[in-house]
Amino acid sequence: MTKNFVRVIDTSLRDGMHGVNHSFSPQDMAEIASALERAEVDTIEVGHGDGLAGSSINYGLASASDEKYLRAVKQKLAGTRLAVLLLPGIGTVEELKKASNLGIDVVRVATHVTEADVSEQHMKISKDLGLEVMGFLMMSHTRGPEVIIEEGKKMESYGADVVYVVDSAGALTPDAVRVRVEALLENLEVEVGFHAHNNLGLGVGNTLAAVEEGVRIVDGSLAGLGAGAGNAQTEILIVALEKMGYETGVDIFKIMDAAEDVVKPKLSRLPRVDRDAITLGYSGVYSSFLLHAKEAAHKFGIDSRDILVELGKREAVGGQEDWIYDVAYELAKKL
Amino acid sequence: MDKIKTAIIGPGLIGTDLMYKIINKGKYLKLDTMVGIYQDSKGLQKAKRLGFNTTAKGIMDIIKREDIMIYFDATGAGPHAKINAPAAKKAGKIIIDLTPAALGPYIVPAVNFGDPLAEKNVNLVTCGGQATVPIVFAIDQAVGVDYAEVVASTASPAAGPGTRKNIDEYTRTTKKALEMVGGADRAKAIITLNPTKPPIKMKNTIYTRVKKRNPEAIKRAVDKIVEQVKKYVPGYNLKIEPELDGDIVTTVIEVTGAGDYLPEYAGNLDIMTAAALETGELFAEKILKGEVNYD
Repeated sequence: MTKNFVRVIDTSLRDGMHGVNHSFSPQDMAEIASALERAEVDTIEVGHGDGLAGSSINYGLASASDEKYLRAVKQKLAGTRLAVLLLPGIGTVEELKKASNLGIDVVRVATHVTEADVSEQHMKISKDLGLEVMGFLMMSHTRGPEVIIEEGKKMESYGADVVYVVDSAGALTPDAVRVRVEALLENLEVEVGFHAHNNLGLGVGNTLAAVEEGVRIVDGSLAGLGAGAGNAQTEILIVALEKMGYETGVDIFKIMDAAEDVVKPKLSRLPRVDRDAITLGYSGVYSSFLLHAKEAAHKFGIDSRDILVELGKREAVGGQEDWIYDVAYELAKKL
Repeated sequence: MDKIKTAIIGPGLIGTDLMYKIINKGKYLKLDTMVGIYQDSKGLQKAKRLGFNTTAKGIMDIIKREDIMIYFDATGAGPHAKINAPAAKKAGKIIIDLTPAALGPYIVPAVNFGDPLAEKNVNLVTCGGQATVPIVFAIDQAVGVDYAEVVASTASPAAGPGTRKNIDEYTRTTKKALEMVGGADRAKAIITLNPTKPPIKMKNTIYTRVKKRNPEAIKRAVDKIVEQVKKYVPGYNLKIEPELDGDIVTTVIEVTGAGDYLPEYAGNLDIMTAAALETGELFAEKILKGEVNYD
């Protein structure tokens, strides 16, 4: 690899699931995976939006099991690597081992930015299983570089090959991305990644800022599909990176075709930065809360932005989707 | 009235909180010995200052004492399985297990008191289990639960290194208890840690998919069991009454700690020590009535 190579991980089939209420069928996933393979994308992430065992009343029921998704996608892949997400507290080692048997190459273990120590058992076992391990520090906007270094070092000590700054709320501005990734780049031996959300329209811009600082592993999704206003749009990211002189190994026309011909026809709602998404970025709220907050607002007859602002004040973390109901209930009672 | 002598193994935060609970609330129980492995540990020193016997030589040092009948194990899954459980078994003593080892049957005092007492080693499930199993049980009794899913929010400082190192144990054990004790056909448990300051109270959202849509029966059953849990966990509070939407019932429970030793936000630990004390009291009552056989 040259130092100008940027590894792009497409998460249309995992984070993208948040944008479609986890409704992709295994067949949908197989078609999208084939298109990503044709475009020669390095790694793709697959599963429920909340990772292994994420299918639930709280986060939304997926239309198929983890196993069915992984089987459907795996058979379409040759050169492209297959990744899954695991959130300790939701998924367990049991599901991880099953996924490993189904032929995954990479596991991304995600914790809140202050709680890296819950990832120890999953990371160590993943290493024993021979998987590449990436650690996600979610909601990175809530803490500064000192905490990010401390928690990143914990993940490194558990065996993570890569540690990510994850802007789960799409709340970071480019300067705030730079200080966080720089902190990890300077203090960790392992590689550093960056995962954006587009709630303030900065998905691609923030990712490019991270790359300029020296990050060489970044996430994107086709058509920008994902939680909140979505992720960095893979097809734009690839083109912008090439224009800046970086290599990704991805075929530009084929990645555009994957977004345009394969993903977009499957979407009833195109990713967009609407007022609720901007409020996520403004208040620093976990992006996958978006559709749940819209639903609760409708049910209780209140403004979804009021729910989101209150969730931001209470500092809800990823996975606490049940707080939306609680907050909406309280707000509605006060009216 | 005579009281049954007891010992706590593990003078950590939980063991120390339990000590204060026995002092303040023990009706049939009294603390005799605090058992640790480090002489200078804070918990042992505290127990000594309060006038209790202490030992830093582990359970083996006191297991032969005939007058101590009930042991609380507040160590970890490893020490329970390897040392304390076998020692208690050999001596024929009752051991109430607060660790995730789960060798004996699960016990949730508001729900299944009766059967598990036939065993001398009982397990207190998890904090989330103590908080949510009663609700699932009540709804299952009233209308039948096909699937239960519980989401626990715990304050980060109330989750110790043991929980963090093996968070899977929490989800696995809680899920099993929701099925075996709660009565759900299938269950799922989720836990989240929140570092907000000031720390959040322990909160549990309980979703149940029910077999019969009878909101009145559900409400009556839940209100009744909440009163029962409150008897031994005063900070157990129904935050949102069960609400039926389609065939899904959502109920929210908040637990404020009693503040016996641990801070109030540690409702997750308080409910464990409160359930431990309640279990110990029920055992002690049985012993005093001559209903426990000591062969």
